[in-house]
Amino acid sequence: MPKLTVNGKAIEVPEGTNLIEAARIAGVEVPHYCYHPALSIAGQCRLCMVDIEKVPRPQIACNTQAAEGMVVETETPRVKDTRRSMMEFHLINHPLDCPVCDQAGECFLQIYYMQHGLYDPRMIDEKVHKPKAVPLGPHVILDAERCILCSRCVRYCDEVTHTGELGIFHRGDHSEIGLFPGKVLENKYSGNVIDICPVGALTDRDFRFKVRVWYLDTTKSVCNGCARGCNIEVHTNKHRPHHNEGRRVARLKPRFNAEVNTWWICDAGRYGFPWIDDKSRLLHPQHRAGSQGTDVSWDRALQEMVTVLGRYPAAEIGMLASPQMSNEDLWAVKRLADHLGVKNLDFRVPPAVPGDEDDFLIRADKNPNTRGAELCGIAPGPGGLDAVGMLRAAREKRLKLLWIFHHDLGASAWPEAEVQAALDGVEVAIFQGTNANDVSARAHLVLPSAAYVERDGTFTNFQGRVQRFRTAVPPLGQAWPDWMILSFIGKALGFQDPVCTAERAEQVFNALAADVPAFAGLTYRAMGDTGAMVKA
Amino acid sequence: MAEKIFTRNFHLADSHTLARYKETGGYTALAKALRMEPAAITEEVKKANLRGLGGAAFPTGVKWGFIPKGSTDPRYLVINADEGEPGTFKDRYLMERDPHALIEGMIISARAIGSHLGFVYIRGEYVQPWRVLDGAVREAYAAGLLGKNIQGSGGDFDVVLHRGAGAYICGEETGLLSSLEGKKGWPKIKPPFPAVKGAFGHPTIVNNVETIAAVPHIINRGAEWFAGLGTKSQGGTRLYSVSGHVEKPGVVEAPVTVTLRQLIYDHCGGIRGGRRLKGVVPGGSSAAILTPDEIDIPMDADGPKSKGSMIGSAGVIVMDDTVSIPEALMVVARFYAHESCGQCTPCRESTGWIYKMTKRLVEGKGRKEDLDTILDVAKRGAGTTICAFYDGAVGPYISYIEKYRLEFEDLIRSNAPAESTSYA
Repeated sequence: MPKLTVNGKAIEVPEGTNLIEAARIAGVEVPHYCYHPALSIAGQCRLCMVDIEKVPRPQIACNTQAAEGMVVETETPRVKDTRRSMMEFHLINHPLDCPVCDQAGECFLQIYYMQHGLYDPRMIDEKVHKPKAVPLGPHVILDAERCILCSRCVRYCDEVTHTGELGIFHRGDHSEIGLFPGKVLENKYSGNVIDICPVGALTDRDFRFKVRVWYLDTTKSVCNGCARGCNIEVHTNKHRPHHNEGRRVARLKPRFNAEVNTWWICDAGRYGFPWIDDKSRLLHPQHRAGSQGTDVSWDRALQEMVTVLGRYPAAEIGMLASPQMSNEDLWAVKRLADHLGVKNLDFRVPPAVPGDEDDFLIRADKNPNTRGAELCGIAPGPGGLDAVGMLRAAREKRLKLLWIFHHDLGASAWPEAEVQAALDGVEVAIFQGTNANDVSARAHLVLPSAAYVERDGTFTNFQGRVQRFRTAVPPLGQAWPDWMILSFIGKALGFQDPVCTAERAEQVFNALAADVPAFAGLTYRAMGDTGAMVKA
Repeated sequence: MAEKIFTRNFHLADSHTLARYKETGGYTALAKALRMEPAAITEEVKKANLRGLGGAAFPTGVKWGFIPKGSTDPRYLVINADEGEPGTFKDRYLMERDPHALIEGMIISARAIGSHLGFVYIRGEYVQPWRVLDGAVREAYAAGLLGKNIQGSGGDFDVVLHRGAGAYICGEETGLLSSLEGKKGWPKIKPPFPAVKGAFGHPTIVNNVETIAAVPHIINRGAEWFAGLGTKSQGGTRLYSVSGHVEKPGVVEAPVTVTLRQLIYDHCGGIRGGRRLKGVVPGGSSAAILTPDEIDIPMDADGPKSKGSMIGSAGVIVMDDTVSIPEALMVVARFYAHESCGQCTPCRESTGWIYKMTKRLVEGKGRKEDLDTILDVAKRGAGTTICAFYDGAVGPYISYIEKYRLEFEDLIRSNAPAESTSYA
């Protein structure tokens, strides 16, 4: 553990720490482009120069390891002057097209020019011209003129995805990033190169030209695309609705969590959000008689729920919850089922196509909260039916009320005819979920749920890590969080339960933590931004 | 006439054959070296004051000593035969006319550093030298000089010839290693240095052709003899590639004590047509230019350094008074802009920028601030890059302008294109 000083501040860092990370520990940012903590050291941008006592000239911090007694200075006149030179070199051939560049506002050429450049430009000769607007794959587009050749994307494809699509071709100031012949940048994690590109060279084909980044709000969240629960930021456009065709969620970005996803997310997760602002969203409670559906008020819908739940004995009621729901929602389902005495309870629906999986981030289970559903006890009670049993009982008209949460059973592995027969077999089919599907189209009562970005909650990932997601935008239409719908129904039924008096998701979670040992001691506060493990 | 070492057989028509090489004493040093302890070979080379003849003039024996003691990794001996430095063509002659001197030197050097595999990285354009060397390597294998159990010594050594594809940067020690590994010829960041982690991640010694060709002579005739040919800090003779406006350009072998003036006027017959010397580059294009009053210096590792230049590859480029220095600078700048590998920013960007400025100057569109901009850009980039390429480019950028500034200023004032006058 070498001890050193950075700008006079004494620190102790682990053996092998480079000076960029050491400075970070001392609270000092050393500007850099090519260095990335997940990638090998390239030493190409030459921006991270620092002065080290007894060393005749500035050294690159990224390739210098902290050593005992080292005295590092990051703000000497010589270092500042070198940085200014490097900024000038980086920018002489740059097109300076910020007004039409999607990176503007989050571009490290802009940021570092303002912090470390501020020279008067001296370049009057014609700049080098290179290919522009070159699609590299389904998600990424290249502007080679904006590229500063830091090689982060190349190293990412070599060292992280091991797919090797990208290389640097040609020499000198004609060097450019490009695809190797016959390659397309379409690995399952290709979008990450957009995030690690410090400039506007690699931009997002989905996001570009939609919203200027300074109009975006950022909310910490968790991807709901699979059981890993990658930490993400939800970037929402609330102030310029006309900029993004009314879509509020503009993009998802990975958020660092050393235990879950490090710096990355997969493309399926990154681009899997359009359903949130899709036209298929359920905006009002609906009552359907025959083929005719009518929007109804929540008062009327809740009243109807009380009526139908009171009409049938518990043995004739089935509840099919979903691992897409949060821990809070599932706990509310469990409490309501217990109060009703419903033992026909399950959450597992096999997908039509088994999910893809790899040894990196992607999990075959495409649900964010399977572990949570298990821990909340979403399972048939003694003598109760599981999902397959409920559908069979519905077809055989032994089940009278089937309450399906979120599942699009038309996309399940179950034969479509059996699903239809089950929905047709019950007297009352209730669908509670975010988007219209085959089930909602046949349900007698439709209850609109808020999407995960429209509310607070937690998912428990496959590792057993409970992670918070937060409200990024208000629910569309009259959608409510699932736990709230269940809470109101329970209250209307007169059940005495903390879930039925909860006003915030956090209170439902506290009730869960009080009752289920795996969650004991966990609180939203304790989870922080990176989550906490359930008890084994 | 001084002693000839490297060129002693150059006049013989079949000097490249094993038979002729042996007849003139070839491979006797190997027999001697096979009886020596490896450390004793290194010690002999150190005492001989042999310095790298490729450009950096680093003491060869000292370099060999950088391989970590006790390392059990395979070690490689890599011969830099890329000879890309403009104005340099000596290794070509060595490989064409005395290839066995290189091979014998490699076997001895490999024994000193404990290597069983050597590579010769040959400049792609050097087709004929490659053919000749390839033939010599085959002869050496057939004669049991390469391969397993060399001459019954129990030692093994194989040689692989690898042809480059024509990039100047692949003559840079670590760019060469990247290229040899099958990658883009990008220099590697140091540390680690090649002697610790070089080709394919193993300890590697990279030496120039001429350096290694000197080794058999040192072993045969002793370190004291070799050291005695030179100066206090550098032993031996070396090959000077003299090109440009002299009466007899070509490769000249001379002791390193020879002065630049002697090279030009005694060895090469003086400036062509009795014209006036305008400037001379002593060590390949990366060396700073010297003016006519700076040529009374010994051409060892220290002489040109005393004038702010360097001996480099000993490629002496002589320019007479027909030369436009701004145009010469533009040609050099074009070379460095073309050959910059593009890996690190200062070199990638400023070599192109400086070329554009020099081109504009030569086209008669210069501005008076351009000269200071070039000097400033060059000085700002110097010493900030991964390899020595840019520092090499800075040599001419700064020296041409600082030493011939009036000519540049006249050009800017005239608003007319520069042109070297034709030779008449």
